[in-house]
Amino acid sequence: MIRLEGVEVAFGLGTQDERRVLRGVELEVPKGQRVSVIGSNGAGKTTLLNAVAGSVRLAAGRVLIDGSDRSGEPEWMRSRCVGRVRQDPLAGTAGEMSVLDNLAMASRKGRRRLLPAVTPRLRRELAERVAELGMGLEERLRENVNRLSGGQRQALTLLMAALARPAVLLLDEHTAALDPRNARIVTELTRRLVAEHGLTSIAVTHDMGRALEEADRLLMMHEGRIVADLQGAAKEGMDVEGLVALFGEARGGRLEEDGALLR
Amino acid sequence: MIEGILIEGLVYGIMALGVFIAFRVLDFADLTVEGSFPFGAAAGGALLAGGAAAPAALLAAFAAGALAGCATSAIHHGFKVPPLLAGIVTMTGLYSVDLRLLGGRANLPLITFNPVMRGSEAWLGPGVPPVLASAAAFGLGALALVLALDLFFHTELGIAIGALGDNETSVVSVGADPTALRSIGIALANGLAGLSGALAASYQGFADVNFGSGVIAAGLASVMLGELLLPSSRIGVQLLRVLAGSVLFRAIMYAGRSWGYLAGITPNDLRLLNALLVVAALAASRGRARLSRDAALRRAKRGRGSPARGGGGAS
Repeated sequence: MIRLEGVEVAFGLGTQDERRVLRGVELEVPKGQRVSVIGSNGAGKTTLLNAVAGSVRLAAGRVLIDGSDRSGEPEWMRSRCVGRVRQDPLAGTAGEMSVLDNLAMASRKGRRRLLPAVTPRLRRELAERVAELGMGLEERLRENVNRLSGGQRQALTLLMAALARPAVLLLDEHTAALDPRNARIVTELTRRLVAEHGLTSIAVTHDMGRALEEADRLLMMHEGRIVADLQGAAKEGMDVEGLVALFGEARGGRLEEDGALLR
Repeated sequence: MIEGILIEGLVYGIMALGVFIAFRVLDFADLTVEGSFPFGAAAGGALLAGGAAAPAALLAAFAAGALAGCATSAIHHGFKVPPLLAGIVTMTGLYSVDLRLLGGRANLPLITFNPVMRGSEAWLGPGVPPVLASAAAFGLGALALVLALDLFFHTELGIAIGALGDNETSVVSVGADPTALRSIGIALANGLAGLSGALAASYQGFADVNFGSGVIAAGLASVMLGELLLPSSRIGVQLLRVLAGSVLFRAIMYAGRSWGYLAGITPNDLRLLNALLVVAALAASRGRARLSRDAALRRAKRGRGSPARGGGGAS
């Protein structure tokens, strides 16, 4: 379970350019829930993920994961319970290393011993998991990751995140940089891995239609606040038109040109 | 002559391994090597002159180098100073430490008492010429070191250090501490430089505070010559080719010293030769990259395999 209590994030704190990007965010995500976050550019969606992942320092508030306060932990330490797939397909993997070494690193999260990273048993295990991706990567375990396509690399990052069995999986528009075909494949794969491992997930997306379809719960953000929180019946009764209207309302009735961006 | 070049290449090759780990594996432009090399020479030399056993002195030289590396990474991480500056600070400070270790002198002769060289010359028995025995000892020692490093870079710790220089985000996202990993890597790189310094002092017959001057350029030249010799993405081959590059580099320098006069080159010009070698190696590797890219493009145009699927689609 993920809990955010009064989370505030500000850039340039104490300077003239101080800008508050999260303003007292309260959120509780129960285990296994799939959350989608929508909102216009600069609404604080990615910062919300950064706050959960620990990549930004909180100006106020706490982040609790499975009941314990993780606010003070550096990002690398929190990565042991927070998986993350970013928009940039190159971000999550080490390109100059083999598919196998990348996977081995992920499956041995946190452990940095002087023991062989890849044992024959682990290799068989990982080969099986990679084969389940259905991308033919099991034939290319020894190849360097930078020889893979963007879609394959993103799929690998996703598998690495899932292998670590995170308490929450953060998806930051992780299919936005892919071509339509690869985006579809990675979306489908995400759905499968999340379902298979019963992962809790928080996904940032610009695609309202897909957010409605795939998420159990929909958060709408505006100017650093969660302005709408739809789940259950309220979410089922919602369609994209309704969301756009709701969004206009949240912005004070003014639906500016980027309303079109959200569709 | 050949044996001399081989031994010299292997001795300085260990320093080049350190340069390779810092610059290539960690992507950390570490000038500490220029300080940890003479630091290892001074520490090892002082211990040897004081009667310490060869293995103990070499181990101490490694530790001294590693300590210098720790100082650099502490400055870099603690004060968010760029690697170059952190390395220069450590290197500058070490000069004075070296002078103290050498008893206030700039130079410590190891001619009369040199257990490393004497041991390497005698270990195969009296029937084998000392130079050959020595070359064999250094060859086996260097191979053992490369093997150990290869094993290291296949451990959990080792692959995390390898990934760090490649993409720090990926290391953070698997839950490893990048600061600790980088510190360990820099300590290892400078430990090797320190060990190399002590061996060089033994080989040359003296330890000198100015030993370090120019070693990074020599190390880089060795690394790049190695990369030209043997293109490979396997860490074991990459380590081995650093040694090969170092031997080749020493051979070129030897040629410059011995026959350079034919072209008007004096020993004073060797540094320039070193710098030009680095430039030439850089130019050659760019040229080769361009050739292989052109070849891939031609293949693609002829419709035999597309470059987007085969290679570099994402990079």
